[in-house]
Amino acid sequence: MGKFFAVVLVLVAMLSAYPIIANYFPLPVDISTHGHLIDSQLHDTMLEAGIAFIGAQLVLAYFLFAFTGRKPDAPLKNFPGGAKTMVIAAFLIVGTEVLALGAFGQKAWATVYFVPPKADALQIQAQAEQFAFYFRYPGPDGKFGAIHPDKIDEGNQNYFGLDPANEVEARDDIVSGELVIPVNREVNLMMHAKDFGHSFYVRELRIQQDFVPGLDLAIHFTATQIGKFEIVCTQLCGLGHYNMKAYLNVKSQDDYDKWLKEQSQ
Amino acid sequence: MASTVTPIVPGSADLSSRNNRLAVPFVGSSSADRASRSGIWVGIFAITMSFAAFTSALFVRQGTPDWAHLVMPSVLYLNTLFLLASSITLEISRRSLTAATIIESDHARRAKIWLLATFVLGTAFCVGQYMAWQQLRAAGFYLATNPNSSFFYVLTFIHVLHVLLGVAAIVYLLGRLMASHSTFRRSLFENTAVYWHFIGVLWVYLFLLCLVKL
Amino acid sequence: MHETSAQQVVHAPPQGFWRKYVFSLDHKVIGKQYYALALVAVFTGMFLSWLMRIHMVWPTAKIVGLELLSKNGAPGGVMTPEYYLSLLTMHGTLMVFFVLTNAPFAAFGNYFLPIQIGAEDMAFPRFNMMSFWTTFLAWVVLMLAFVIPDGPPIAGWTEYTPLSAVGRDAGPGMQWGASLWGISIAIFCIASLLGALNFIATTLDLRAKGMTLMRMPLCTWAWFITSCIALLAFAVLLPACILLILDRHAGTSFFIPGGLVASDRLQPHSGGSPLLWQHLFWFFGHPEVYIAILPSMGIVSHILINSMRKPLLSAKVVIYSMLSIGFLSYMVWGHHMFVSGMNPLSSLTFSFPTLTITIPATILTLIWLGSLYGARIQLTSASLFAIGFISMFVSGGISGFFLAQPSLDIYLHGTYFVVGHFHMVMGVASLFGVFAGTYFWFPKMTGRYMNETIGKVHFWFTFIGTYLIFMPMHYLGLIGNVRRYQSFVNDYMAPYLWLHKDMTIAALITGAAQFLFLFNLIYSRFWGAPAPENPWNGTSLEWSVSSPPPWNNFGDRHPIVYHDPYQYGVKGSKGDFVMQDSPEVLASGD
Repeated sequence: MGKFFAVVLVLVAMLSAYPIIANYFPLPVDISTHGHLIDSQLHDTMLEAGIAFIGAQLVLAYFLFAFTGRKPDAPLKNFPGGAKTMVIAAFLIVGTEVLALGAFGQKAWATVYFVPPKADALQIQAQAEQFAFYFRYPGPDGKFGAIHPDKIDEGNQNYFGLDPANEVEARDDIVSGELVIPVNREVNLMMHAKDFGHSFYVRELRIQQDFVPGLDLAIHFTATQIGKFEIVCTQLCGLGHYNMKAYLNVKSQDDYDKWLKEQSQ
Repeated sequence: MASTVTPIVPGSADLSSRNNRLAVPFVGSSSADRASRSGIWVGIFAITMSFAAFTSALFVRQGTPDWAHLVMPSVLYLNTLFLLASSITLEISRRSLTAATIIESDHARRAKIWLLATFVLGTAFCVGQYMAWQQLRAAGFYLATNPNSSFFYVLTFIHVLHVLLGVAAIVYLLGRLMASHSTFRRSLFENTAVYWHFIGVLWVYLFLLCLVKL
Repeated sequence: MHETSAQQVVHAPPQGFWRKYVFSLDHKVIGKQYYALALVAVFTGMFLSWLMRIHMVWPTAKIVGLELLSKNGAPGGVMTPEYYLSLLTMHGTLMVFFVLTNAPFAAFGNYFLPIQIGAEDMAFPRFNMMSFWTTFLAWVVLMLAFVIPDGPPIAGWTEYTPLSAVGRDAGPGMQWGASLWGISIAIFCIASLLGALNFIATTLDLRAKGMTLMRMPLCTWAWFITSCIALLAFAVLLPACILLILDRHAGTSFFIPGGLVASDRLQPHSGGSPLLWQHLFWFFGHPEVYIAILPSMGIVSHILINSMRKPLLSAKVVIYSMLSIGFLSYMVWGHHMFVSGMNPLSSLTFSFPTLTITIPATILTLIWLGSLYGARIQLTSASLFAIGFISMFVSGGISGFFLAQPSLDIYLHGTYFVVGHFHMVMGVASLFGVFAGTYFWFPKMTGRYMNETIGKVHFWFTFIGTYLIFMPMHYLGLIGNVRRYQSFVNDYMAPYLWLHKDMTIAALITGAAQFLFLFNLIYSRFWGAPAPENPWNGTSLEWSVSSPPPWNNFGDRHPIVYHDPYQYGVKGSKGDFVMQDSPEVLASGD
């Protein structure tokens, strides 16, 4: 049975690694400026993890193959170097690989979180609620009207609780169910949660950030390709969580301007 | 009374009740005693961790704009005195018991009296805490009135629950000390004392926390 | 550390049905009671996972009989989206608390820790009994959520606020279901604290003569370290649950900020912090997963040594590694919150200890692997699961390496990559430790062997089956398959639904194989072949007493320990091993 176990382990290692090596589950196209950092980090990690994974399973397989079913008087041997070898190996392998990836590999994190948005980034507000995303543009005056939770009226499509009657800034605000943005232009998305925790996740943008009720959060990104991409909620928010999505619609600058003008009418 | 009075030597393993006397065994290093001492310290550690969690919740919560200021009900100062005094009375009781070799001796009688005093003071503390809550309610501060009052009620209530546990232990000890046909394990007394002093120290910490932060 | 004298105060021999089998003070009975509770919980949890997996693949299908479980949740047998989340929440809660904290730790630890250190019972037998029955009460309260009309809560076992805190307006299941959850877990915390206290005091003070800390078997060490972790972790979860219950029922605002509009109603709370709940919860939650895995690491080490007739390369290094894991486990909780809105600098700060914890985990793995070299491995059901644990721990642990990096977590958070990771380490590896322990210790606990053939069949189905279920989850995570979805309606998921179907089939088959284990347990209990005192030729103290042990473990004698429990591969009067309480002097000196 030891030999059989060894064979199974080899199969497990190979069959697990194969879909990755053959790229059966490719990452979605990267339409962001920082995504390549994540992708290369993922690639490096996968390589090292893959070697460790396959290595460990194969070593286990070999030891099972060689050291099961032995005679009762077969001599016992100790791995050369004993525990000391293992401790040193662990520190070396893990220390270098892990800390290298950990220390030097967080460029993507830094780009997303520590580099502030450009001064001329497009300011758009996103609101997450059970079970939809809505987006608000400041309109020609460049200012957002205040959110009045007591004025929120889903039936009349006043998702943000705006008060155009009393507030000038709110009058020209554009509300959309789609996040429409121009290509190659940095967007600063200000995130507001209406009721519970939600999350903003666009695979192709390589971006994910929770909406936290009570916290003013913002993320910024630049889309580099025109097209429609799904925005999905990744923070459990209730029964409609699975269906909570919107579209990121990246247009050319001209098309975007046209769209914005249409919305203002 | 035909029988002679034979003092029971500390350290002897004879735990039988002879001549209608209670045996007050010397606190030996039996593993059970050591285990209960470890147990009480481990328990104290866990309780400390819980209040540390409450404290960190308080610190996070105080950063929000709706943080108000709560005036401490005046009876709290008296309650603090009661609780600290009860630690003193408990200590006196404990030391008297250490000196006691026969349960009818002066030392043992003193131990019982001071233990009773501890019970009275501990109960007075609990009653006083209840009165503190009444004072707060009279001033219009309920559990959900503002975050400060929320924390005050939560911290003091959870603390009182632990005090009541201690009071229960003291009642039990009193009962055992007064009974005449049973053995008495000193380790329970020692551990109750450790616990009781901890509850007092904890209260001082909580009171200061409330004074400064709430 | 000094050893104790022989004077121990224990309870009287049990008399009568209630004292013997129900309100027993005997740690062995209590250990079995925990095991039985875990068994009920794991089959319930597995059943729930079947329902979930079937529904995920066939969301509109009628599941025969489901309407009996819940009229509202599955009208006509078709599961509603909210009921899927209810089942998900209960699955997670049952498995993490009532299976993974109970079985490897409370059940086996209670049964074997006192025996392995040479004690007659736990330090506080009455507290021990209370711990179990309090845990049972917690379980009853949790299960009540199934029978109330509104159903179980839908916020996941993590019960993030404000979803879990506002009450009815959050949706179905969030009225009394969530409250029952909070009360149940609070009760569970108290039970666990009592249990941990018992383990710690017992280990420190009730060791037999000659049983120094370093001579304790590795599983004893694992239980001891786990109980230290549990003490701190549950001490923090309890306040969190109390505050949550207050927010739900007393109108406080610990976790609920102002201005929330849910179900068209402006919520009356203000100023609270949802992140506070996450911090408190994960400060408990991360150590909790180490509470789930450490005992299994200890059990696997213990069984491996016995099965390969050879000590590990260094028991001391294993002990120090487990200690470091325990220590580091308290510094990493923020890695569950990388994209939570927490300060991004904190995320980097949490990432470092998370990556560092890989070091002791790797040391352990390398030692297990390296110890197999040159051994005489005997394959039994128990050792198969112990060796299988190594494979599973590697697989599950390596995916953690991805998630520990905040940059990658941006993409992988909330996807099936995470689900695959934690199922492999907790749901499989940790459970393999429980299976291994069961096969290994069943003869000691019952005086009968389990059937080895059925055991081996159980192993192969489970080993291959769990790989088939959980390895694909990592691939799905890589393409962005979001978790906690009751069905997959995203455009990009369409090409991958076939994989979910395969996983479901694998889950049903692997789950069915677990009934082989259940059958084996029950059958062997009554009709298994009789087992002697030391069926596996083991060295630790549990093998020096009868199978099953007498009520006070060692009868009238007080064991004296002369060696560590790793005297395998040496010439002794019993063969190639020397027992811990044998005064035989070895050439090497110990």
